[in-house]
Amino acid sequence: MIEIKDLHKSYKMGSNSLHVLKGLNFSIKEGELVAIMGSSGSGKSTLLNILGMLDEADSGEYMLDGVPIKNLTETKAAQYRNKFLGFIFQSFNLINYKNALENVALPLYYQRMPRKERQEKAMKYLEQVGLKEWAHHLPNELSGGQKQRVAIARAMAAEPKVLLADELTGALDSTTSYEIMELIQRINDQGNTILVVTHEDDIAHMCKRIVYLKDGVIEKDEKIKQVRASAYVQ
Amino acid sequence: MFNRDRWKEILEVLTSNWFRTVLTAFGVFWGIFILIILLAAGKGLENGINQDFGDIATNTMFMWTRRTTKPYQGLPKDRSFEFKREDVQTIRDNVPNLRFISPRNQLGGFSSGGNNVVRGLNAGAYNVYGDYPEIINQDPMTVTSGRFINYNDINEKRKVAIIGQGVKNDLYDKGEEVLGTYIKIQGVNFLVVGTYKKNSSDGGEEAQKEIFVPFTSFSQAFNYGEDVGWMAITAEDGHSISVLKEKIIDVMRKKHKVHPEDNRAIGHFDLYEQYNRVESLFAGMRWIAIIVGTFVLLSGIIGVSNIMLIVVKERTKEIGIRRALGEHPWSIKKQVILESIFLTIISGMAGIIFGALFIYAVNALLANVGPVDMFMNPSVSVRVVATALLVLVVSGLLAGFIPAQSAIRVRPIEALRNE
Repeated sequence: MIEIKDLHKSYKMGSNSLHVLKGLNFSIKEGELVAIMGSSGSGKSTLLNILGMLDEADSGEYMLDGVPIKNLTETKAAQYRNKFLGFIFQSFNLINYKNALENVALPLYYQRMPRKERQEKAMKYLEQVGLKEWAHHLPNELSGGQKQRVAIARAMAAEPKVLLADELTGALDSTTSYEIMELIQRINDQGNTILVVTHEDDIAHMCKRIVYLKDGVIEKDEKIKQVRASAYVQ
Repeated sequence: MFNRDRWKEILEVLTSNWFRTVLTAFGVFWGIFILIILLAAGKGLENGINQDFGDIATNTMFMWTRRTTKPYQGLPKDRSFEFKREDVQTIRDNVPNLRFISPRNQLGGFSSGGNNVVRGLNAGAYNVYGDYPEIINQDPMTVTSGRFINYNDINEKRKVAIIGQGVKNDLYDKGEEVLGTYIKIQGVNFLVVGTYKKNSSDGGEEAQKEIFVPFTSFSQAFNYGEDVGWMAITAEDGHSISVLKEKIIDVMRKKHKVHPEDNRAIGHFDLYEQYNRVESLFAGMRWIAIIVGTFVLLSGIIGVSNIMLIVVKERTKEIGIRRALGEHPWSIKKQVILESIFLTIISGMAGIIFGALFIYAVNALLANVGPVDMFMNPSVSVRVVATALLVLVVSGLLAGFIPAQSAIRVRPIEALRNE
């Protein structure tokens, strides 16, 4: 699903440049649940931004579902993001004057799906994350866990090829984190490809594979035995 | 563009900070309001002045003789001369495109002050004019009873008179029959066959205190012979009397043996020129109104632009999220511009409505307290309002353009960076 070859990225900081990614190679197949781990400064956020087409690599290849991602115009990038990717952020990033349902329907709106159809579909995904009754509540009326679940529903609404989660449990307490991870695992069980960036060991071990990043290179890339989050959830 | 979600969002954004939105809108509101009021005030003044001009045909000149100032063809300077009745035909033959040429004679007014008209025990001093029937087109009046002078009067030299409302009030008792009675003008009896009333507020009382008699009977009764006191000449529509008057005066100079360069021998008053002067004053005032209004409006628009910039700044993160979710940059730009246009139009419309209400109130007040000198019926035309609306749309577009540009410059990665 994702193919990366010899990816380089450096940032200019005044006169000197900071080499953040130093030639990454890896691939993710369909249906995988991969954690990218690393301390701060290891380049994991940069990698995620590049994978998310929010940023572009200096050199190297990036193929997403067989489509080369290179030299995209803003318009094309917006299209690909909408079609291929679902984002889940640490700080949820819901639009606070839109209710849960509208937030979930947003990516569909950008696809110009008719209003009715869009709302039905959004409702379906809200139901899937267990928030049907909260559909017409504004984000500030929801708890952190609920917000993240709305965000997950939103990420899935456009039926993307890959879900990209950036520290998705970073703002949540551990109980809620496990609940969210349980949801992520369930979504993965349905065959969705998910990539989780985290620095929390227990979250990483709830994935099926961990890629360790250190100083811009892959230190270790191993398949692990998945810890089911349901074990922690009552 | 007319999509429910987009408009819902526009309303959500604009209503999320009511106070700020209203303050911003006030700038544009005030600009349009001032523009409308200024234009209406200008129009009111114009209407007032035009009213004072009355119905007098404005494409008209008056011409009279004075003493010559240059000797010519053996004739001395300081010679006095008179226009003659035949001059009318001479002018007709030599100058085309003239609609009316009315020779006139006058008693009272300029020449003397004493009472010249008597009826029974009543007497008064009035302007008495010897006129042709056409004069009613050049110095319009409403005949309120009886009739005006006609050509039978002229040809048969009938001693008939048409008197003004003011004359009637002076010489007759209330309710007394006027038509068929006689008045004595400088000792000569004239049969009253009509009464008139002038619309013009100019001259006020004076204008209603005139007496019109046939030119020929006037000449005979008061011993004027073929002399003509002055002429009122009106050009045809589409021809300016200001252009034609040179030719007319030239013809008269030749006829009366006046030196071609003697500019003082024939006096004239060009109503058209005066009217044009006033007209250009109004045009100037309109321009001032437009310029002042536009600048006030401009400051309002800058206000809108400013606020939109702040809104975009505030929503940087939101715009970043939207772009991460795959919103087209153009869609974001359109959103910002629409917000700006919407705000501008709503506040502009409010300005137009309040301006119209204000004008309405002024008109109602004027109607109540009666006519005010030189001011009447302030108004703005639909064309002006339509133009103002168009200007609003365009300025909304401009006001939104820079903020919209800065909105799509937001890079998602920066917007989403966790603090």
